[in-house]
Amino acid sequence: MDFTLSKEHEMARALFREFAEKEVKPLAVEVDETEEFPKATVEKMAKAGFLGIPVPKEYGGQGCDVLTYVMCVEELAKVCGTTSIIVSAHTSLCCDPILTYGTEEQKQKYLPDLASGRKLGAFGLTEPGAGTDAQGQQTKAVLEGDEWVLNGSKIFITNGKQADVYIIFAVTGIIEKKGRKTKEISAFIVEKGTPGFSFGTKEKKMGIRGSSTYELIFTDCRIPKENILGQQGKGFGIAMHTLDGGRIGVAAQALGIGEGALDRTVAYVKERKQFGRAIGQFQNTQFQLADMATQAQAAQMLVYKAARTKDQYAKDHKTSYSIEAAQAKLYAAEMAMNVTTKAVQLHGGYGYTREYEVERMMRDAKITEIYEGTSEVQRMVISAALLK
Amino acid sequence: MKIVVCIKQVPDTKGGVKFNPDGTLDRASMMTIMNPDDKAGLEAALRLKDQYGAEVTVVTMGLPKAEEVLREAIAMGADKGILVTDRVLGGADTWATSQTIAGALRNLEYDLIITGRQAIDGDTAQVGPQISEHLDIPVISYAQNLRVEGDSVIVERQFDDRYHVLRAKMPCLVTALAELNEPRYMTPGGIFDAYKAEITVWGRADLKDVDDSNLGLKGSPTQIAKASDKVRKGTGEQVTLDPSEAADYIVGKLKEKHVI
Repeated sequence: MDFTLSKEHEMARALFREFAEKEVKPLAVEVDETEEFPKATVEKMAKAGFLGIPVPKEYGGQGCDVLTYVMCVEELAKVCGTTSIIVSAHTSLCCDPILTYGTEEQKQKYLPDLASGRKLGAFGLTEPGAGTDAQGQQTKAVLEGDEWVLNGSKIFITNGKQADVYIIFAVTGIIEKKGRKTKEISAFIVEKGTPGFSFGTKEKKMGIRGSSTYELIFTDCRIPKENILGQQGKGFGIAMHTLDGGRIGVAAQALGIGEGALDRTVAYVKERKQFGRAIGQFQNTQFQLADMATQAQAAQMLVYKAARTKDQYAKDHKTSYSIEAAQAKLYAAEMAMNVTTKAVQLHGGYGYTREYEVERMMRDAKITEIYEGTSEVQRMVISAALLK
Repeated sequence: MKIVVCIKQVPDTKGGVKFNPDGTLDRASMMTIMNPDDKAGLEAALRLKDQYGAEVTVVTMGLPKAEEVLREAIAMGADKGILVTDRVLGGADTWATSQTIAGALRNLEYDLIITGRQAIDGDTAQVGPQISEHLDIPVISYAQNLRVEGDSVIVERQFDDRYHVLRAKMPCLVTALAELNEPRYMTPGGIFDAYKAEITVWGRADLKDVDDSNLGLKGSPTQIAKASDKVRKGTGEQVTLDPSEAADYIVGKLKEKHVI
């Protein structure tokens, strides 16, 4: 088993790191304080090709593998959690389902703009009554002539108000199976500016505060019949499969946040002196750092393995990466929470202030245990595979 | 339009500097980057490519490892890369380097040659202008702005307190300043393409119209007597005195050291 990265991947990492250090890191504090979406950074990322990394070149993307994309999210997250999730939600939750389930017309129509970053993507599944329980969907889509009419609302939508193209899930009917009624869910592509599509409240969040998290409202929103994504009634499967990919992106984000906090802590403990010595010379500090580094390394292995498995899927659609994605996200998210918490502790009182960035990283880390499937959902996915 | 950009892989000064026993830089063991002035020159060429569809060829001279800097340039958008490498070319000073590069460039067609003003590891600013002499073409150095008009380039040449606007008919050579532009990033897809691209490798035998006596360490009029890393200065002596006492103290010290 070869754990070395190719020269291409090493160079790509160097690129992402340079970009993150120069363009993203200097703004991270401001993005958090002002809660403003880093629009200029997104434009720079678009120019550098970061918004279409795993999209094939024929659709205007970079044609790279999932591992390269994951390294991009990881390096961005080391310096800014907000910026990393913008890329992840756009790529994994909007480009990917169009690429996987879209018709050739849909791919030609949407992917070149999305992959080049001229347009930003988002994904709307969660509703006030439907989070982990995706079957609780209330948003409805009714076919009237050549149009689907959408009614309902979505909450906690990443890239909410900033996106241009949205993947939206809605109930399109009721199916009776063995006497039990279940909702038939379908996926749709909805464009910003469609009459009847508006934005509700902006969420005030603990972390990733520059990320545009909004409520989407659909009131008699009419979209063309051909904007259904995949087959009618296959929406639930599309959502779950898309989230498998999204989890790899979030796992990469969590990995980066943990690594970023570790880097800062290593630098800090060499400088900070107590009792006449740098605190890095105390065994407690050393042991804490050893655990943090080991967990981060383990998380990286799981995240890269999940990325590699999804790369296999691109070649052979029989490959499943659901378990790998769940394990990567579960472990990386819990690592991020644990490592950032320890980072704050090792920084002492300074770590609790906004002068040092570890407190922001700790706040940013928490969401990785929640969105795109909570840690509890990941445990359900993993155990279900063990017990089937 | 054909543009050749001469680039150099230089030590990343953030990573520290190491020397060989003969005083030359131990390039193999240092972290490296594309020389900043050269990168601006490459960006200028790529902008002309975006505008006029020019073909951009990057050339470098160095160890086989210098291939990396060519791939980086291709990942930014250059079309072709040529590596000039040969043991007999090692240890070259600016004279031998410019002779080598001119020998390589004689094999190529070009309208415009762009080099960086100077490399951060030598700071001589000689190689670009010397190449133009060997090739017998005009040179405009210290370009802070560059555009093409018909068969000419119009360049703002930087001076300490002003700039000159100069026009030169192509083919010509321009040396670029880092402040000429903000170089673009590589693209992720460009990196993978760059590693698929074939790099042309030339040795001594491929250099045209160059005499052996002008190449390598032997062909270098400049010999390095001694080189060393920056010696860090200590914190010095600190004293706390009122202003008049301080003045007397300083004067005393200067007299003691025979400065005054």
